[in-house]
Amino acid sequence: MHNIEQLIAQATAEFAGIDDADQLEQAKARYLGKNGSLTELLKGLGQLPAEEKRTVGAAINRAKDAVEAVLNVRRNAIKHTALEAQLAAQALDVTLPGRGQGCGGLHPAMRTLERIEQLFRSIGFEVADGPEIETDWHNFTALNTPENHPARSMHDTFYLENAPGVLLRTHTSPVQIRTMLTHVERHKHLDSLPEIRIICPGRVYRVDSDATHSPMFHQVEGLWVGESVSFADLKGVMADFLRRFFESDDLKVRFRPSFFPFTEPSAEIDVAFMSGTMEGRWLEIAGCGMVHPNVLRHGGIDPERYTGFAFGMGPDRLTMLRYGIDDLRLFYDGDLRFLSQFK
Amino acid sequence: MQFSEHWLRSLVNPPLTSDALAHLLTMAGLEVEEMRPVAPPCSGVVVAQVLSVDKHPDADKLKLCRVDTGQGEPLQIVCGAPNVAAGMKAPCAMVGAELPGLRIKQAKVRGVESNGMLCSARELGLSEDHGGLLALAETAAVGQDIRMHLALDDTLFTLKLTPNRADCLSLQGIAREVAALSGAPLTLPPMAAVPAAQDNQRSILLDAPQACPRYCGRIVSGVNARAATPDWLKQRLERSGIRAISALVDVTNYVMLELGQPLHAFDNARLEGSIRVRYPHAGEQLKLLNEQVVTPSANTALIADEKHGARALALAGIMGGEDSGISDATSELFLESAFFAPAAIAGKARALGFSSDASYRYERGVDFDLQRKAIERATQLILDICGGSPGPVVEAVSQTDLPQRAPVRLRSARAARVLGAPLGVTQIEKLLLSLGFPLRREGDNFLVTPPPYRYDIEIEEDLIEEIARLHGYDNIPSPIPQGRLAMLPLPEERRTAMQLRHQLAERDFQEVVNFSFVEAAWEKDFYAHPAVITVTNPIASQMSVMRSGLIGGLIGTLTANLKRRTRRVRVFEIGRCFLRDAAAQPVAGFHQPLRLATLCAGPAVPEQWGVETRNVDFFDLKADVESLFPAQSLRFEKLAHPALHPGRAASIVLDGKDIGMIGELHPQWVQKYELASLGNLAPVVCEIELDALTRQLLPNYQEVSRYPPVKRDLALLVARDQPLQTLLDALREAAPAIVSDIQLFDVYYGKGVDQNQKSLAFHIVMQDTEKTLADSEADLAIQQLIDIAVKQFAATLRSK
Repeated sequence: MHNIEQLIAQATAEFAGIDDADQLEQAKARYLGKNGSLTELLKGLGQLPAEEKRTVGAAINRAKDAVEAVLNVRRNAIKHTALEAQLAAQALDVTLPGRGQGCGGLHPAMRTLERIEQLFRSIGFEVADGPEIETDWHNFTALNTPENHPARSMHDTFYLENAPGVLLRTHTSPVQIRTMLTHVERHKHLDSLPEIRIICPGRVYRVDSDATHSPMFHQVEGLWVGESVSFADLKGVMADFLRRFFESDDLKVRFRPSFFPFTEPSAEIDVAFMSGTMEGRWLEIAGCGMVHPNVLRHGGIDPERYTGFAFGMGPDRLTMLRYGIDDLRLFYDGDLRFLSQFK
Repeated sequence: MQFSEHWLRSLVNPPLTSDALAHLLTMAGLEVEEMRPVAPPCSGVVVAQVLSVDKHPDADKLKLCRVDTGQGEPLQIVCGAPNVAAGMKAPCAMVGAELPGLRIKQAKVRGVESNGMLCSARELGLSEDHGGLLALAETAAVGQDIRMHLALDDTLFTLKLTPNRADCLSLQGIAREVAALSGAPLTLPPMAAVPAAQDNQRSILLDAPQACPRYCGRIVSGVNARAATPDWLKQRLERSGIRAISALVDVTNYVMLELGQPLHAFDNARLEGSIRVRYPHAGEQLKLLNEQVVTPSANTALIADEKHGARALALAGIMGGEDSGISDATSELFLESAFFAPAAIAGKARALGFSSDASYRYERGVDFDLQRKAIERATQLILDICGGSPGPVVEAVSQTDLPQRAPVRLRSARAARVLGAPLGVTQIEKLLLSLGFPLRREGDNFLVTPPPYRYDIEIEEDLIEEIARLHGYDNIPSPIPQGRLAMLPLPEERRTAMQLRHQLAERDFQEVVNFSFVEAAWEKDFYAHPAVITVTNPIASQMSVMRSGLIGGLIGTLTANLKRRTRRVRVFEIGRCFLRDAAAQPVAGFHQPLRLATLCAGPAVPEQWGVETRNVDFFDLKADVESLFPAQSLRFEKLAHPALHPGRAASIVLDGKDIGMIGELHPQWVQKYELASLGNLAPVVCEIELDALTRQLLPNYQEVSRYPPVKRDLALLVARDQPLQTLLDALREAAPAIVSDIQLFDVYYGKGVDQNQKSLAFHIVMQDTEKTLADSEADLAIQQLIDIAVKQFAATLRSK
């Protein structure tokens, strides 16, 4: 019995001194293997008297269990150490930058257009589109601006050679006419015309160039025509839009009488911020008004039955105000140092 | 339109501060663009008279003056002004006075006591004139505060008038508006008839009555053209931004500003016979007051007389002629006060390259009842200032050609509906009455006759605007609008350009917006279109043609950024292109497709650790393009394109339709556009029709097989110039149904392969939805593929 206890102590001591998994298994064999010392003891059981056999046999089996247990503890410790070493060796400098493709971005004016589209879409405005080389009729005449009308001098127009009757559109308003004509045609079988609610973003052109004017710039036109659309609705929509766009509930919005040939009554919309560098200053932001009856007629719509409002605003200017940009020319000269700031 | 607040208040004086007055005007649609004081603040400056001037004992340029300031004993003041003289009146800043940037103290100047300062205009901040003392009128009251004497507590208002409000291009018009808005009484200047004192007159013939329906003329004899313009009149002119010239010219300008009626004064001695308003004879020329010689177009009306039978004197309503103008020597003048129709004047001055105060007003519309009143007003002022003896007013009028003012009906209910404001009939009536227009009420409706000075009231909506203005836009409610809650369509087979932009941004492209007009060379180099679209009036020569494609602009972006030392450029633009096409719609003759173009240059991925730097090439961009069509298979066909390297260019074909192109920029453009700094790889570009890009397929579900796929590899040696596409097409065509995919996974040239050949290696994926494939079936399929390759492409199997 004494011998058995000794063997356990010996195995425990031996295993503890081993750091290598293979060596540990070899050491295990010396106790528990085919010719291992505990195995040998078991083989010798047969020579013992019957009454001793049971007690000694039980003792040897306990010893085997004990040695196995010690062995497992050691095995796990060695495995753990190896894993620790592997993990330590595999450690990364997690502060190194990630690899792969970079990320580009939208043009700042498009960011604004997208927000405008989303805000208006949320109250049922669809996006409409129209040509940029436009007919004189759609750009001026149909918008109640006949030839030699003084209002034509408000727009310095680009013309094209050998192309009488066409021009580069000076505003997105001709899309109003195109939309109305298509809408009326599509619904001519109905007794009552469904409402038109559109916005038309796009490029427009005027002979003008300085820090606040570009010969090409963006505009967004809006149009709502229905059986009971009023000037009050126009005020409501635009005030709501501007506060949502600038995310400022205390933005001041005012409507002041103005003149556009294609709206009557007409208004200019000014906003004033309640904080920031522009605080308290009235800034002109959009032109708008009730669609002129002549314009509705040109669009094939009965002005007695239907009324509507239209507005036009410059997303470039909205972008400049929103992000504090002071030079419009930056929008159109493709400087990546500028553009990449709008990711 | 600039004017002095004092002048306006002499006509209408509401109990409002200057700021409140400006707000009233702005909120009524007469936008006050600028307000500034006539002079900076000063105090303690009075009108003084120089009593005597003596030499300063110790300084040659200084003088000792005794100055009467109207208070106590005369003061001794040292003065260096060259024009100081005994008897003159000038501003004097007393001790303690505050001038702009200066406080006057008692001082010794070169040892002599000086008790104040005589002032120049610059010292008072009135102008830059520092040539001497500001000489005041002989009649100036000594001792009066200079601010009072020169009316310096005045404000200059500048209105930004809209083209419909020509009636406010005069003080009378603005005053009328202020009276209507504020209720303050209006006092108009005297316009009473000045009786003729003699019979001298010229007959007037209206040969162009549509252009000139009314013409009043009057001779005034014996005038002193050298008479001095009174200070009050000069001041009002100058505060309106008009330089005083001579009494006669000043009076005509003054009446124009005051009443809105342009006047012209001819030297009557230089006229002969009757005055005719007529159209020009063929080739007739005229030298204008600005010395420009013009040949007026056939529909430009002239003022003419009968010298040498017929002579042009002036461009009607635009500018007078040099021949007949007044001068200091004029003693008899012929005064014109006419009404020219807006349509006859519109655009004429602009066509000649200038604008005049007269044409500006006429083309927007002058009150057609004003001519006689204005000529009387001007006559009286001329008599008051220059003396003389007036003849009778001769008036020629063609009643039928005068503008008509038909009554306009206003329905109260319509006004309330359009404005969305609860305006009652009585309230509307009150607002209309304040305008002072002739008005008849018929139940809840009104019949309003627009006055001759308003050209912008033709229909009911115009009156609704008047009501809204007078009621105040601020007082119209702004509710959150109510509408039908129908959902908008959201077609799944379309994606928006916005979604595409985001997709490109995620693939590291930066959006740019380039001008639609470009350099002519770009169009020629990159597109070689025979029929360019040229802008008639470009803003600069490098923006003279409309682009037919987006590549030029992107090359421009690249060049500009390389100059800024950016070495990696990945940009895109979505924009319209413009091509002549007789069949195009909706604008005949011009096809205007929206396109997307991208350009990549420099490293394929941002320079970074652990990734070898490699310049972007054709196949990188091709992958970007393919990623934009995730569910569709594009085909790429060899392409000759002026912008692109002939061996590295392809057209992009979708469903048999050419939708765009992709390729490497032609080396000759790399050189010409100075892109060589990019190294040996040229930029790669693509340009695709947006219409094709925004289409997408609805997902088409296929049953997923429950049986495992079999994958075999196949390496074929083919001719080196064999395009992959035709081989793939043939293999796919011949493949039995169990072949579900053929993927190229390697292309190899070089060691172990004949130099005229290349090795193409494919994964062949086979699958049956009904059962597990037997090896024999797979072997057979592979053999079929090999047979096709051998037969059609002389391919050999590459041994392992």
